[in-house]
Amino acid sequence: MASSLNPADHGWRKHLPVINAFVRYGLLILVGFLMIYPLLWMIGGAFKNNAEIFSSVGFIPKNPTTDGFINGWKTSTEYTFATYLLNTMKIVVPKVIVTVISSVIVAYGFARFAIPGRKWLFALLMATVLLPKSVLLIPQYLMFREFGWLDTYLPLYAPQAFATEGFFVFMIIQFMRSLPLDMEEAAVMDGCNSFQVLTLIVCPVILPAIISVALFQFMWSMNDFIQPLIYLSSVEKYPVALALKMSIDVTEATSWNEILAMSTIALAPSLILFFLAQKYFVEGVTSGAVKG
Amino acid sequence: MYSNKWIGSLYITPFVIGFLLFTAFPFVASFVLSLTDARLQDQLGAANFVGLSNYTEMAADSTFRQSLGVTFAYVFITVPLKLAFALFIAVVLNFKLKGIGLFRTAFYLPSILGGSVAIAVVWRFVFAGDGLLNQALAGIGIGGVNWLGEPTTAMFSIVLLRLWQFGSAMVVFLAGLKAIPEDLYEAADLDGASRLKQFFMITLPLLTPVLFFNFIMQIVQAFQEFNGPYIITAGGPLKSSYLLPLMIYEEAFKYFNLGYSSALSWVLFIIIAVFTAVAFWSQKHWVFYAQDRDDKGGH
Repeated sequence: MASSLNPADHGWRKHLPVINAFVRYGLLILVGFLMIYPLLWMIGGAFKNNAEIFSSVGFIPKNPTTDGFINGWKTSTEYTFATYLLNTMKIVVPKVIVTVISSVIVAYGFARFAIPGRKWLFALLMATVLLPKSVLLIPQYLMFREFGWLDTYLPLYAPQAFATEGFFVFMIIQFMRSLPLDMEEAAVMDGCNSFQVLTLIVCPVILPAIISVALFQFMWSMNDFIQPLIYLSSVEKYPVALALKMSIDVTEATSWNEILAMSTIALAPSLILFFLAQKYFVEGVTSGAVKG
Repeated sequence: MYSNKWIGSLYITPFVIGFLLFTAFPFVASFVLSLTDARLQDQLGAANFVGLSNYTEMAADSTFRQSLGVTFAYVFITVPLKLAFALFIAVVLNFKLKGIGLFRTAFYLPSILGGSVAIAVVWRFVFAGDGLLNQALAGIGIGGVNWLGEPTTAMFSIVLLRLWQFGSAMVVFLAGLKAIPEDLYEAADLDGASRLKQFFMITLPLLTPVLFFNFIMQIVQAFQEFNGPYIITAGGPLKSSYLLPLMIYEEAFKYFNLGYSSALSWVLFIIIAVFTAVAFWSQKHWVFYAQDRDDKGGH
């Protein structure tokens, strides 16, 4: 710390760096505690009985029980929670795959080719990031109703097959622009066509960006609520998000531990992925802002 | 790299089709719908053209005025607080302290999870009458507050949920801070500039591009808040947290008024468009881009 380099320092100022570090750590620990406590309380609450949830602020259960998980898993419907988890995957997995493929192809076009009207098309791409989705909601609903797609998963991922999420395309464009061109040029010399260059040379190199896109889309799709709410009407097709909302409407007053247990299970995939791949989330969120 | 225009166009064809079909067409259709009295249960052919009457109706609709008011209140409270807090914590984290990675993880995690229904449900329990917050307050001798039952405090729960998610803005600030050359601070130290002065003379000006990015992202996001009011407060009590996106949803899918709902969504679109346009227009007055980055094209 710069102030300690100054030989004129004396008296209490000598201890300033120590006090400084102390205050900083104190603050960070306090904020960190407030950030993490609701999650700890949720996980702890999932293992408590209901009486204990209502009577203690601590998160460690005194008499741990798995009743919350056992009863919550059964749900108040004729399906178990496994059905809803499986339904979520039936939406999220195709959505992530088509998002990655379409975003990479379109980003490659923007990053490497002289396309007529490129500047305008890029501006349109960025405009889709800022456009509020609610202005598209009703016409899209009517369109998918005409297609006969209501109560299917198609409205939830078919648009993503056309690179409709500009943020992801932008992320990959930024990443591609930061790469040196030598390898790609050498491959062209060797007779590769542009699609071979993309699949054989570019894709392996931009793998970190692809992983970032896949992870973000996974998280956002797990969290997506309004789209399934509008398009899905049969309970047997509900994803976890709708099943959880339904369970608080039905059983809120009585069984908090069941709901906290199912919330914990619902968040588990995202939690695990976050801890395994945190660096890709950081790179993803900063790519648009800082390399900008 | 390639100069063949037609192959390049082939690669971006999916985007052009998707843009026309899933963005441009619905965007225009939504404006056309806003000029009709279309109902959800009817065929579209049954709708009548009603001119701007959906828009004039809004002026007299006390629910809309209430919703507009709380939406602005929500955005104007949440966005500045979130950005200020994210910047503050990023500056604290940017000093070379041990264990920064751990703190960054803890601060960033809520941003990733916070949009989920599961967290909104947990939040409902935190703010419930016998929930975590009131239990904690009782522990230090403060009587319980009916957080979700009082018009003055229900919105507070949603604001706090989104502030809890300050981490993604913080991560962006942190990356911006790391990009500021160290020698600027060393020079300022030699000149005897105080830490506070260095923050306002060096850190803040060089951080304005990142601040601009975060501001736009947070404004656009905050105006579209739906899960919070839908799941935590149901827009209540007394419509005190009835944000515009919730009203748009309910007009369309609860009351079946597609025309009126489309008009509302256009009002929301225009509000967001005005905010982003003003931000982009004003950036030449307050956003400093370093010289070597003026080749950044159409960002």
